[in-house]
Amino acid sequence: MEWTQILTLATKEFRDRLRNRWVLAVALVFTVFSLVITYFGGAQQGQLGLRSIEFTIASLVSLVIYLIPLIALLLGFDAVVGERERGSLDLLLALPITRLELLLGKYLGLAAALTLSTLAGFGLVAVLLFRQFSWPGLYHYLGFMVSSVLLGLAFLSLAVLMSVIARERTRASGLAIALWFFFVLVFDLLLLGGLVATGGSYGGDAFAYLLLLNPADVFRILNVFSLDDVRTLYGLASIVPAALAKPWLMGSVMLGWIVVPLALARWRFRA
Amino acid sequence: MTSTIPVSKSAASPGLAIQASGVRKHYGGLHAVDGVDLSVQCGEIFGLIGHNGAGKSTLFKMMLGLIEPSAGEILVNGASVRGRDFRAARRHIGYLPENVVLYDNLSGLETLRFFAKLKGAPVEQCAPALKRVGLAQAAARPLREYSKGMRQRLGFAQALLGTPRVLFLDEPTNGLDPQAIRDFYATLRELCNDGVTIVITSHILAELQERVDRLAIMSEGKIQALGSVQELRDQMHMPLNIALRLAPDDIAPVRRLLEQLAGVNTTTTAEGVRLSCPRATKMVVLSMVSELGVRLLDLDIQEPSLEDVFFGFSD
Repeated sequence: MEWTQILTLATKEFRDRLRNRWVLAVALVFTVFSLVITYFGGAQQGQLGLRSIEFTIASLVSLVIYLIPLIALLLGFDAVVGERERGSLDLLLALPITRLELLLGKYLGLAAALTLSTLAGFGLVAVLLFRQFSWPGLYHYLGFMVSSVLLGLAFLSLAVLMSVIARERTRASGLAIALWFFFVLVFDLLLLGGLVATGGSYGGDAFAYLLLLNPADVFRILNVFSLDDVRTLYGLASIVPAALAKPWLMGSVMLGWIVVPLALARWRFRA
Repeated sequence: MTSTIPVSKSAASPGLAIQASGVRKHYGGLHAVDGVDLSVQCGEIFGLIGHNGAGKSTLFKMMLGLIEPSAGEILVNGASVRGRDFRAARRHIGYLPENVVLYDNLSGLETLRFFAKLKGAPVEQCAPALKRVGLAQAAARPLREYSKGMRQRLGFAQALLGTPRVLFLDEPTNGLDPQAIRDFYATLRELCNDGVTIVITSHILAELQERVDRLAIMSEGKIQALGSVQELRDQMHMPLNIALRLAPDDIAPVRRLLEQLAGVNTTTTAEGVRLSCPRATKMVVLSMVSELGVRLLDLDIQEPSLEDVFFGFSD
């Protein structure tokens, strides 16, 4: 594997997103939403402003679960199929690079853009939290930021897989949106439906482990169970066994969600 | 950057830029390429023509290593483009795909730098390559402002990066104006003189006719004919067309005389006689006309065009 080629491809992808202001736009969206949610998150309870780190994170988790998968899928769905449609894929593949290098270069460039916009977008809230609660509070928030980045990278990985599977750009975009619907809107409902239908009598714990099949749920567990005060805010807390409430375990599952779709993409992207 | 070209363990013949032997590509029951044997000499301009679906694009892509053959072997510069040393082999290949759309947000120079880095070519080559295709003035402009012809020239400049020994050009003159087409082929001839081998496809057969050294006509996955344009005409036994401009009184006697010759067909036109005859009969026809003592006002001999040859073989 030649890293020069991978870096060249990654740099181009990253610069493209800087140049067309994608990074700036997404960072601004995150900044505005995170500030609004942080400041007005307690309005229902008649409070405004920063309340606690736990409450801030719990409020932001819901935002991130909807927004980051969508942004990551939209960022990566045409990574390969876009090149195929414009006829430049054959040109790239005729160069002295391997298909794996092409995939990795594209992925790393897009991942860098997504990471930068996520960190920049949630950074302002981090500064506010630091001023209010100092280091101990910030530690949890930084964990939330890192897990948000990992969630984005997992869905970016799925998007790149879609971009390899689909033969047309429109089909890839359809697949990406379908994935978002499935993982963000439908998956938990199906699981909850299954749990209710079986009355929790048939493999109740198994349902908790099924949550690992959804990176959005892994993200939720990662943030909810790292904070005692937050657990009670979620109904899910009642069905998730303590064995899953380990950040390193959930972090590893999330890494799996990044690596496995990419590996599948490489397998599917053969000559 | 310099690199040596790895030589395949199988028999690589010196002086051959491309060797394809027993190459097949099957997609289920479809035989896209069905047993192709082909050798292209170093420094040759070689045309590959055929109807859509004839198999030339598949063969082209197999030569570039983009598609794996179902059977057979292809060596480019004596090395396999899909083997362990594919990087070194591909550094000496330039490729211009058909209808490629490069990146609108990059400038011409940035585009070439991107491809130079991927190809392992010195980035210092980029500005001279742009100059060579007449785009030096537009180097800093983004591609979204380029015309179709400029984009095509940029694609050609990209193919010239590095030290290509073999250039694969797929419909390279799409969108070029007549002057640019002339400049393009002049550049190709210069490259050939430097020993670069060029494989070119085009649907504009009149354009290739005078410019390729040899060509292959593909149909149904097979090479139906191979040789120079003249050799293909000879293989097809295609007749010559001769137009004689004569004084009105001479038309009838000339036509009567010529029709006595075997294989000669004549028609009367407003200005004289038009005839088609086997190439071997050409001098007989001319000497008979001169011996008749008629006043020949004009003479036009038309060779069968590459288009005639192509349809002769492919239909």
